[in-house]
Amino acid sequence: MSDAFADKTRSTNIRLAGFGGQGIVMAGYVLGHAGILDGGNALQTQSYGSESRGGACKSDVIISEGEILDLVPPGLDVLVAMSQPALDKYLPNLKEDGILVYDSDLVKPGDCTIRALGLPATDIAEKTFGREVVANVIMVGCMAGLTGVASRNSLRAAISESVPPKTVDMNLAAFEEGFNRGAKQGRNAREDKE
Amino acid sequence: METARARQYLSGLSGKMRFALGDEAAAYGALVGGCIFFAGYPITPASEVAETMAQELPHVDGYFVQFEDEIGSIAAVIGAARAGAKAMTATSGPGFSLMMENIGYAIMTETPCVVVDVQRSGPSTGQATKPAQGDILQARWGTHGDHEMIALAPNSVQECFDLMIACFDLSERYRHPVIFLMDGEIGHLRERLTFPNLADVHLFPRGGFDPADESGLIKPVREYGKGEAIHITGSTHKEDGMRDVVSQDVHESLITRFYAKIDRNRKNIIRYEERFMEDAETVVVCFGAASRAALGAVKRARNEGRKVGYFRLITIWPFCQEKLAGIGRRINKILVPEMNLGQLAREVERFVSVPVVRVSKIGGVPHSVEEVYAAIVRETS
Repeated sequence: MSDAFADKTRSTNIRLAGFGGQGIVMAGYVLGHAGILDGGNALQTQSYGSESRGGACKSDVIISEGEILDLVPPGLDVLVAMSQPALDKYLPNLKEDGILVYDSDLVKPGDCTIRALGLPATDIAEKTFGREVVANVIMVGCMAGLTGVASRNSLRAAISESVPPKTVDMNLAAFEEGFNRGAKQGRNAREDKE
Repeated sequence: METARARQYLSGLSGKMRFALGDEAAAYGALVGGCIFFAGYPITPASEVAETMAQELPHVDGYFVQFEDEIGSIAAVIGAARAGAKAMTATSGPGFSLMMENIGYAIMTETPCVVVDVQRSGPSTGQATKPAQGDILQARWGTHGDHEMIALAPNSVQECFDLMIACFDLSERYRHPVIFLMDGEIGHLRERLTFPNLADVHLFPRGGFDPADESGLIKPVREYGKGEAIHITGSTHKEDGMRDVVSQDVHESLITRFYAKIDRNRKNIIRYEERFMEDAETVVVCFGAASRAALGAVKRARNEGRKVGYFRLITIWPFCQEKLAGIGRRINKILVPEMNLGQLAREVERFVSVPVVRVSKIGGVPHSVEEVYAAIVRETS
């Protein structure tokens, strides 16, 4: 965030975007909830069409150590794209040093100079867990593993509280799958830098 | 009437933390504030208030009714209140317009009740899913005739909870409908909500006597079914409640009493937040969602040595005119960022002689810090 603020605090702006029905809002909720369980501040907003499925859908999450005052922050630090239209629409909002995480089955980023990580979340969800709907927690896990924006434990707690009781184990397993892939990529990137 | 089961259920929330919507927080504030009756008709962005009440009221032995429309809803709320329940409804723009006549009825019958208006972009169906702050004058003057009004506006999820309790308290103390002027932005964002220790929340009891009342004009509420023959009417009435719709003096004394009971208690009702005001030369006056960007911009300007202050109205009505007049005498300029075309600015202008610069934004997107900051720089350079 801008250094000009009186209280110098780190703040991360994340946008999750895709189609209605992919669990975008739930993913944003889980991320924000984990943010406050970590002891910081978090703010989550959403926008969606009047359709319950199929329309464009996005959820913005701000996680910050300080007071969150800007409801429309100037740029994204992280974009999680789960549809091609979402990527095309929001990639220009990603900061130059931002990170793109995308579902490689659904999104082709083309030639972009941004740091990007693709994983076939919908495919993994279907093949490993037999349920396409857990692609959202795989994506959240991957993004969190990569960026460290929220802790693993808090995310697990937030997921456990948000999903139907019978699906907690499956959702946590899907989350771990994404988290481990993201964390591995994050470690590799840091080692490359060193 | 709070039952033992309700007390037990609510005290289970003490100290808990949730990642909640503003709408949800407002509903929980109502429950903690003693509300046991909700009547309403769903409307974006207020439906989550109803949804939460529908889910939670059975746990406190309360009642939830979805009505055929907003007119029926507010009528039921007033009826429930007169039958002894702390009662509320929640709506947005078009529904709020429909409720206006019966808000007047609640004023005339001195019936405590709370109306939540989660403001959205209008007029008419406008941008139905987008936030705005364009109902502040409607809240004040939407119902016909001479009257006072009490309206509060939150700027965070926590305040949706805290101020909702205050709305019920004010409503009971002054026997007046209270408007909770939320906006679609605050109602539909999630933040941390921390429940207080419920043992520390003190509620004004229905039918109680308020020792803090400065007017001496408020009598305890009488309710139906409590053994007294009472007459309640929206028509002009004498002290015994019986109609007299022709005598000039009866009407004048009734309506001026309604004015006086609010006006003489202004200091008990008016709340505001001020920061960086000591040496301020320019002040940003704001409320609700727009105040978030306003504070961010003021902090940034302060960081650069600009002498800018922040003044946020929490109570919108009655208006904090004495306070603003005082501020107006010691500064050079006022900026008013708001999500309408200058409704608050116009009201501020009536009480200060310094320039009042509008930093209006409509169209359903709240101000960014950058936008308010740019206005501060432009106006202070």
